[in-house]
Amino acid sequence: MKKVPYRHPISKILGITVLFFLLFSASIYAQEDAASEQPAAEAGSDTAAESDGDPVAGKALFNQNCAACHALNRKMTGPALANVESRLQEEEGLDRDWLYGWIKNSPGTIASGDAYANKIYNEYNQAAMTAFPTLSNADIDNILAYTAAPPPAPVAAATSATGGAQTGGGDASGISNEIILGALAVVFALLVMMLFLVNKTLRRIAEANGVVYEKELAEKRTPIWKAFAQNQFLVLVTVIFLLLGSAYFAYGWMMQVGVDQGYEPIQPIHYSHRIHAGDNKIECKYCHSSARVSKHSGIPSLNVCMNCHKSIYQVADETLQEGKQEYGVDYNNEIKKLYTAVGWDVENQRYTGESKPVEWVRIHNLPDFAYFNHSQHVSVAGIQCQQCHGPVEEMEVMYQYSPLTMGWCINCHRETNIKIEGNEYYEKIHAELSKKYGVDQLTAAQMGGLECGKCHY
Amino acid sequence: MASNKKYWKNEAELNPNDSIVETLRQNEFVEDIPVDDFLGDKEGLSSSSTNRRDFLKYVGFSTAAAAMAACEGPVHKSIPYVVQPENIIPGVANFYATTIANGFDFASILIKTREGRPIKVENNKDAKVGGGANARVQASVLSLYDSTRLQGPLANGEPVEWNAVDAAVKSKMGSLSNSPQQIALLTQTYASPSTKRLIGELKAAYGNVNHVVYDAISEDAALTAFESKYGERALADYDFEKADLIVSFGADFLGDWQGGGYDSGYAKGRVPKNGKMSRHVQFEANMSLSGANADKRVPLTPMQQRIALAKLYAKLNGTSVGGELPENVQMTIDNVAAQIRRSGEDAVVVTGLDDVNAQAVVLAINEMLGSKAFDPAAPKYVRQGNTQSVQRLISDMKSGKVGALIMDGVNPMYTLPNAADFKEGIENVGLSLIFSTNWNETTEVTQYTAAANHYLESWGDVEIKKGHYSLMQPTIRELFDTRQFQTSLLKWLGSDQTYYDYIKETWNTAILSGSDWNKALHDGVFSVSSASVSLSENSDSDPQNMASEDTDKEGAETSSEGAMDETRAIPIATAINSLTNATSGGGMELTLYPKIGMGAGQQANNPWLQEFPDPITRVSWDNYLTVSKADAERLGLINEHVANGGLDGSYANVTVNGITVNNIPVIIQPGQAIGSIGLSFGYGKKVGMKSEMQTGVNAYPLYHDFKATQSATIEKASGTHEFACIQLHKTLMGRGDIIKETTLEIFNTKDHAEWNHVPQVSLNHQEVPATSVDLWESFDRSVGHHFNMSIDLNACTGCGACVVACHAENNVPVVGKQEVRRSRDMHWLRIDRYYSSEDTFEEDNIKKEEFDGLSGDKGSLGGFGELEDPAANPQVAFQPVMCQHCNHAPCETVCPVAATSHSRQGQNHMAYNRCVGTRYCANNCPYKVRRFNWFLYNNNDEFDYHMNNDLGKMVLNPDVNVRSRGVIEKCSMCIQKTQKTILDAKREGRPVEDGEFQTACSSACSNGAIVFGDVNDEESKVSELAESNRMYHLLEHVGTKPNVFYHVKVRNTQEA
Repeated sequence: MKKVPYRHPISKILGITVLFFLLFSASIYAQEDAASEQPAAEAGSDTAAESDGDPVAGKALFNQNCAACHALNRKMTGPALANVESRLQEEEGLDRDWLYGWIKNSPGTIASGDAYANKIYNEYNQAAMTAFPTLSNADIDNILAYTAAPPPAPVAAATSATGGAQTGGGDASGISNEIILGALAVVFALLVMMLFLVNKTLRRIAEANGVVYEKELAEKRTPIWKAFAQNQFLVLVTVIFLLLGSAYFAYGWMMQVGVDQGYEPIQPIHYSHRIHAGDNKIECKYCHSSARVSKHSGIPSLNVCMNCHKSIYQVADETLQEGKQEYGVDYNNEIKKLYTAVGWDVENQRYTGESKPVEWVRIHNLPDFAYFNHSQHVSVAGIQCQQCHGPVEEMEVMYQYSPLTMGWCINCHRETNIKIEGNEYYEKIHAELSKKYGVDQLTAAQMGGLECGKCHY
Repeated sequence: MASNKKYWKNEAELNPNDSIVETLRQNEFVEDIPVDDFLGDKEGLSSSSTNRRDFLKYVGFSTAAAAMAACEGPVHKSIPYVVQPENIIPGVANFYATTIANGFDFASILIKTREGRPIKVENNKDAKVGGGANARVQASVLSLYDSTRLQGPLANGEPVEWNAVDAAVKSKMGSLSNSPQQIALLTQTYASPSTKRLIGELKAAYGNVNHVVYDAISEDAALTAFESKYGERALADYDFEKADLIVSFGADFLGDWQGGGYDSGYAKGRVPKNGKMSRHVQFEANMSLSGANADKRVPLTPMQQRIALAKLYAKLNGTSVGGELPENVQMTIDNVAAQIRRSGEDAVVVTGLDDVNAQAVVLAINEMLGSKAFDPAAPKYVRQGNTQSVQRLISDMKSGKVGALIMDGVNPMYTLPNAADFKEGIENVGLSLIFSTNWNETTEVTQYTAAANHYLESWGDVEIKKGHYSLMQPTIRELFDTRQFQTSLLKWLGSDQTYYDYIKETWNTAILSGSDWNKALHDGVFSVSSASVSLSENSDSDPQNMASEDTDKEGAETSSEGAMDETRAIPIATAINSLTNATSGGGMELTLYPKIGMGAGQQANNPWLQEFPDPITRVSWDNYLTVSKADAERLGLINEHVANGGLDGSYANVTVNGITVNNIPVIIQPGQAIGSIGLSFGYGKKVGMKSEMQTGVNAYPLYHDFKATQSATIEKASGTHEFACIQLHKTLMGRGDIIKETTLEIFNTKDHAEWNHVPQVSLNHQEVPATSVDLWESFDRSVGHHFNMSIDLNACTGCGACVVACHAENNVPVVGKQEVRRSRDMHWLRIDRYYSSEDTFEEDNIKKEEFDGLSGDKGSLGGFGELEDPAANPQVAFQPVMCQHCNHAPCETVCPVAATSHSRQGQNHMAYNRCVGTRYCANNCPYKVRRFNWFLYNNNDEFDYHMNNDLGKMVLNPDVNVRSRGVIEKCSMCIQKTQKTILDAKREGRPVEDGEFQTACSSACSNGAIVFGDVNDEESKVSELAESNRMYHLLEHVGTKPNVFYHVKVRNTQEA
């Protein structure tokens, strides 16, 4: 089984490189940024007369109400909203009042026969925008202020543009690690040399003081290996010791054959459980829904991913940076892989029908002769997924946390009490069996969870 | 101490001067070792760079590499759905109701699918008619994954596009429209309202369409007799549950007589209830399942059966007719007649004689009795073939009157007795096309072969019995580029409708009368209440139909005669006359019959069915000529057991009407009527078949004029045939404790200790009941579930549906003919068949009891030898045997690695991964139910059945291990099913209800012979059965305390 090298060193190196590069490039791009800000600021000043909203409050409102269907610079379920006000003003001659009306009661605007409203309605698959009667004019002002504010996109673009140069930098900083090692080696060498020197000096001092070595005596002795070879008892003990030692190691090695604890294969899509289950706290069984009712936990089908990723087409900048620096992964790229697999045309917001199913590498491989049922453990016993799968919410790359050996299974069955609360199935059998065994709570083993045929058939 | 003894192998060695001995002594190898073959080629040797050392290096390296590689697990890929279908959860089975209607088998069934793959057939318990799946239907799911299926349409054997086929057919049919040449449809029986309507539309569109229905095994006589009496071409239905007395003349109604499906009703009437059970008298030539289950079986040749039937009719009417019968048969007829008279409407008479007169007489008798079991008002439609129209079609084809021939569901080149005529005819047909799932004898001679759907990929509807409709729905998308017949017809008619919409339309307008289509589709069956049947059918049915319904109630023959259409009816007097005048025409009387496992031969490529042992002969992978012992001795035909444990038999040539089938292997069949022989259809297919499946001989050439009974001449042929017979011991040898049986009279009058005697063993020189002695201490099994299985020997007809169901559920491998012959069959469940040595088992027991001394008249030495031979007309008993799941299991104590162990739930577990294959357990099992995997049966091309190809593997049950070489396997009492039931209950937080626990065999048994459940649940049926005084355990004196128990077989032997 493929063991994958620990990722962190490389990603750290890459991260450092990126930092380096940013240091150098920042000043260059700073000018460009300034240049690009110029027209935006100008555009902003055009509408500044009426737009006195607060972009910060607007952002919060935007994320809360609009982001499910709109992005600033990109078509989603609805149109891109960057500079929407000025755009409408210029292209359609519609003012802010129209926007107030549209946002608060879009179906009404469509029904009123408004030309542009109907055009938009038809352009976007006749899906009417949700009406937001709760938003006040001030709120809308804030949102519009946010949409008019300069988008931070160029920075992201700049960082991704530097991606190509990263590899070259990576080589350079690889040396730095070696330098540290080299320095250490030099220090050691110096220490050794000092030791020799001190030794020499001491000897010289001793000679000067007239101390006589017992060198001649030592030469008369039989060499230690000869003495050892002549001492049959020692030889025997050593041989036994060596044999036992090698048997111990051989046993240890053989016992890990087929045990793939820590198996962490590279997956076709870098899916981060840390972000999904950890940062975003998505319930495990939202995606692995069949774990409730089936023996398989089920790798979620891609339509489940698209429930969210239809609108989440890119990650937040911080996350992106974190991914690049810590894990060397461009998360946005991974989302694009999902789109390719599921056949989602981002531009036109529709499925192309050309899907390429993802070939995940299976991590937890129970042998065929062992029957394991997720629903028994998840639904009936109410065990947390983490008990067997470990801190998945912290895993950037999923790996096999538990050994999945029979001893491991059985141990848990011996120690775990069955969950009988509110389960009528257990009522009678638990009452009778616990009486028989004289315990309050039966373990899975006492319920018959150690019988061979429960897992092997 | 040294010895001067000289050991010699041969007398010649004693002579010191024998030259041969001297030569041999110097010659270690008697045969020359072909050293020159591999060392003689000096040039080759020297030019090769591999020397011995290199060779050893390679061996060493490759062994080490293989060993190292084994330590690395393979990388598994998991590919989830892109868009997961709403109803499919990986790991959870879905069930769909559908119907099989392949022209021979008609049944409403449930299909279990896993991740979209159909893997198992179950009975549809909602179906009132045809809800039981027999062995062939159980196995039909494997035919879906037949690797030899056609994968697309062909023209003259070359792959083409469907468009090309459609274009050819359309243009041809267009040119034939209203021309003198006809468009002929030669099809199986559909019994489908939608197909009927569709063909009607085709007729309307083209005018000269001739639809000929062809059943490979014809029921023409019964159909004609019914038609002439009741005006409808159909088969009377029978409910044997309602009959107290069943008299059968050659009707194997537990087999495939008139479409089959009668066994569950029969079995219900056979279980003694309140001291009553039905009595069954069978007159027949071949030993059939029905004969084997009968209380009284009278072997008669078909001719004698005709006379016997005529005599019975006469006796019932108080007259007499001529005809010679043996005296004891005459007496039996008299007794039966008396019993029928006494039973009146509770009696029923059936016949399987392929004779219109016999069928007419039977209908008349049942009418006369007003038999409650007889139902002509709502007949069955599962056979509609008309042999005359088939023959007319062939002659039309030969004379060039047929412009286009379209076939579906038939294989005339294989099943026609006059296939040569058909071939000649088809050459004169402008366009010939056949819908077929496989390449076969007929596809070879037709121009176009349309690759047809398997029924599990098709839409359809069936009216099995009047007023009882079933729906067929696809359970998987077409695996290949195939299309079903009806869809093609719609296309050729220029309709854009799908066949699904077409069926829905038919049902909504004509059948459902307002009921919900979705519910009907969900249930798979829909029954019209009987009142509305007569209403809806009134418009197109003949007036006598109504009359016959009236007579059914009145039970008077005269009124029906009066109402009948005299011109069409067969006058009973003439019929009787022709029956009594029947002559055999010299020679032997051959009865052709369908075997339980193979039917008409549609599924000959199904390895499960090939390996399925015939319930009577216990021979798999063959058909054979059954001959009575007397005739065999006369003709010098032999069966012998050979040293390797196989059964060998002679060959015989059989000639009927100038046509000879050569080299038919012979089985000497106890109970075969003297002067008669039997041969089954369905075998001997060659074209398009895997070589392993090309078994047996084709009996259809002997099916002269579509008559199942023929006058034949038989002669011995040279050579011996090697059978794959899985049970060579034929008799019980007087061991009445294996199959306990009694008579109804004793059962009703005596205490159960007498007829269900618990064996006694000696403890401290005292005879005590075996159940009271034990070597082991019992575990407490009173808590939780404790599974028991009940097998009622009265309800078991030996049909074998459970055997195939077990095969499918548990991934049991198919091992092939040679391995079966070596007794390496893998069936987890077998149905043992025993014959009595004397006339009855009772007499066997008495004979054994009375053995006195070694030799002499009553000596055991000769006596046991005699007991080995079955009687000429023996009693027969069936006994399904699977792992008995002993509470004190002998296998568990001898396993050196504790691979087999016991559970608290009563199941004997087998951990395959722990088994090292010592086979101690198999040797220590008193029931011989453990099976050893001698070879790797999966992924092994030496076993080219279904587990070696991706398609065939799709049928495997993902919840059950596929065993590897070198391990023992056995019945697990379907632990995967019991565990699932428990888990479902746990998840829903409720106790398990009775009836929820099922095994594959118990749910397959539509007869109710196998009942499975939890004996710790006092409400359960199985705990009630366990308390029954008919209950006994197999080999009780061994003290194994099995969790499978049997019910004493009761025979209703009441004569007169």
